Amino acid sequence: MRVTLKLYASLSDHLPDEAKRTNEWPMEVADGTTVGDLIDRHQLPKRLVHLVLVNGHYIPPASREAHPLVENDVLAIWPPVAGG
Amino acid sequence: MAWTRKILRVNLTDRTCTSEPLNMEWAHDYLGQRGLATKYLASEIDPKVDPLSPDNKIIWATGPLTGTMASTGGRYSVVTKGPLTGAIACSNSGGYFGAELKFAGWDMVIIEGRASSPVYLSIENDKVELRDASHLWGKTVWETEGQIKSEHQDPQIRVSCIGRTGENGVLYAAIVNDLHRAAGRSGVGAVAGSKNLKAIAVRGTLGVGNIANPKEFMKVTFEKKKILKENAVTGQGLPTYGTQVLMNVINEIGAMPTRNHKDVQFEGARKISAEAMHEPRESDGKAQLINNQACFGCTIACGRISKIDATHYTVVNSPKYWGASGGLEYEAAWALGCANGVDDLDALQYATMLCNEDGFDPISFGATIGAVMELYEMGVLTKEEIGIEAPFGSAKALTYLTEITARGEGFGKIIGLGSKRLCEKYGHPELSMSVKGQEFPAYDARAVQGMGLTYATSNRGACHLRSYTISSEVLGIPVKTDPLTTEGKPALVKAFQDATAVVDSTGLCVFTTFAWALSDIQPQLQAACEGDWSMEKLDLMGERIWNMERQFNNAAGFTRKDDDLPARLKTEAAKVGPAKGLVSGIDKMIPEYYDLRGWDTEGRPTAETVARLGL
Repeated sequence: MRVTLKLYASLSDHLPDEAKRTNEWPMEVADGTTVGDLIDRHQLPKRLVHLVLVNGHYIPPASREAHPLVENDVLAIWPPVAGG
Repeated sequence: MAWTRKILRVNLTDRTCTSEPLNMEWAHDYLGQRGLATKYLASEIDPKVDPLSPDNKIIWATGPLTGTMASTGGRYSVVTKGPLTGAIACSNSGGYFGAELKFAGWDMVIIEGRASSPVYLSIENDKVELRDASHLWGKTVWETEGQIKSEHQDPQIRVSCIGRTGENGVLYAAIVNDLHRAAGRSGVGAVAGSKNLKAIAVRGTLGVGNIANPKEFMKVTFEKKKILKENAVTGQGLPTYGTQVLMNVINEIGAMPTRNHKDVQFEGARKISAEAMHEPRESDGKAQLINNQACFGCTIACGRISKIDATHYTVVNSPKYWGASGGLEYEAAWALGCANGVDDLDALQYATMLCNEDGFDPISFGATIGAVMELYEMGVLTKEEIGIEAPFGSAKALTYLTEITARGEGFGKIIGLGSKRLCEKYGHPELSMSVKGQEFPAYDARAVQGMGLTYATSNRGACHLRSYTISSEVLGIPVKTDPLTTEGKPALVKAFQDATAVVDSTGLCVFTTFAWALSDIQPQLQAACEGDWSMEKLDLMGERIWNMERQFNNAAGFTRKDDDLPARLKTEAAKVGPAKGLVSGIDKMIPEYYDLRGWDTEGRPTAETVARLGL
């Protein structure tokens, strides 16, 4: 299935060059892939995986490992950030 | 004591400057800056006064930690009755001016009356005088600061001043110090302009040597700085990406007010985000962001210093804008960009520079342009009236309208009235995205329910800084709450409002609270100020300050009906994103909020609440 991984702020360094100007990384993954699987597969540092959204919805830390992605899901991840 | 215990009272009508002792009883109940200055203002003016009349007063106020070695201890507030709203106005600024005022030996400057001709106030420690400013009238903020420093032959003078918009009565004119730090909201600059007061220039060499327990203060401020440094947000996120890092976050959760709140996501958000500011441009291979910058004593350094693309249409013939200057912050980028559908990063940088150069609030200005563009698309406003084609998304319209507002020309005079008056003038008051006449900042109340209550009940009109529940509802600081529900939000908003009222009265920056709790600030106050500064006292003080502001507004004529959101947010559901199908639940939250506050059903503090808080 096709999903999109979005990485922002300092996590942008983990994107391939072609995705750096959009922060969007479309990819094919196996059915049943979870949020935790993608985080592990791309070796995202755990301390930088802070705000995790699937289609804009917050995924709490305890649910990330098992949260299954479905076709066309957008997984977006930020390190600890704030503003205002 | 961390206070200098001295107030400078300046009567512009009589042209007198007098020193008087700070009311220390009030200082112990209201601390400083926002709380203490509001206490003075509320005690000295009629809340029904015309904000732009000589009978209004305007106060520059530091806090007890301003000018000290506490991290971020450089803040000052400008407090007055605001012309945009008619409510209490309190705008907070960083930079170096606040600390310099303290170093000159003053806790506060109270300005009264109206000068018969333009003046500026010169302060060099105890040497205080009103000087002629006729030659500065008509000058921008940047020109004024440069000229005052030149005339005094002292580059270390700090200047807090208005630009042409403050002189021209733009109702959201700001007061700017250090070129691009601003007491930005609610039109405090228009009040200064109405008094013919161009600037306060201050040079202080006395330092702050009056800390109650210096040894303990050094120890505790060092410990607390360490927390800021080690925290991922204040130690890394904010210095590297600034507030603009929120652009993609807020867009992703579908809480990005777009095109005058018609939409909740902006397709161009990525192009105007912090990530875009870091990227090399196609034109010259350079990133817009040059560096970050800190205010006095700040160990976070979230400020942006940027350089516009010198080949951009806005500046190609204006070299004065080519150098490094104050860069885009999130709220400004939202208001100038998303609110108008404009995704040209350099156009936004140009507009934000003009807001700094001539001193006007980019939030209220940008949001007003959103209303103008919607009225244009409806056919209510025409190219002939505005002076340019102004559909959503037009960077050229945005930059043109910024220029004429800065200069006070043509349709810019109407834009300077703000969206409420502008929309009323053209027969569509429902299109003003504001509360109490002040425009919303950058979070949609349909997708972040707590922010809707924040806006509706903010004492200075719609504002994110009075209770930044985004911390909890979106960022998970200190704990994550669900942004889509109204449940628990009245208590959350009240807690944020009361704590923020204390922080805004200390002399410290509210951004410390991404890492610090109020219990981290408490020992710093305890070491700096003699007497009892327990958490219980601070909690009560925050509530007292909030209720004092509320009482001022009630006496000014505000009622329950003013604690509301525009119909668009209550009837037009979000079209996409997690909040799809949702409207604001403000009507459900208000009664519970009033109950928690100890207010009656009309939003007035009950006699019991007044007595409990010692008001």
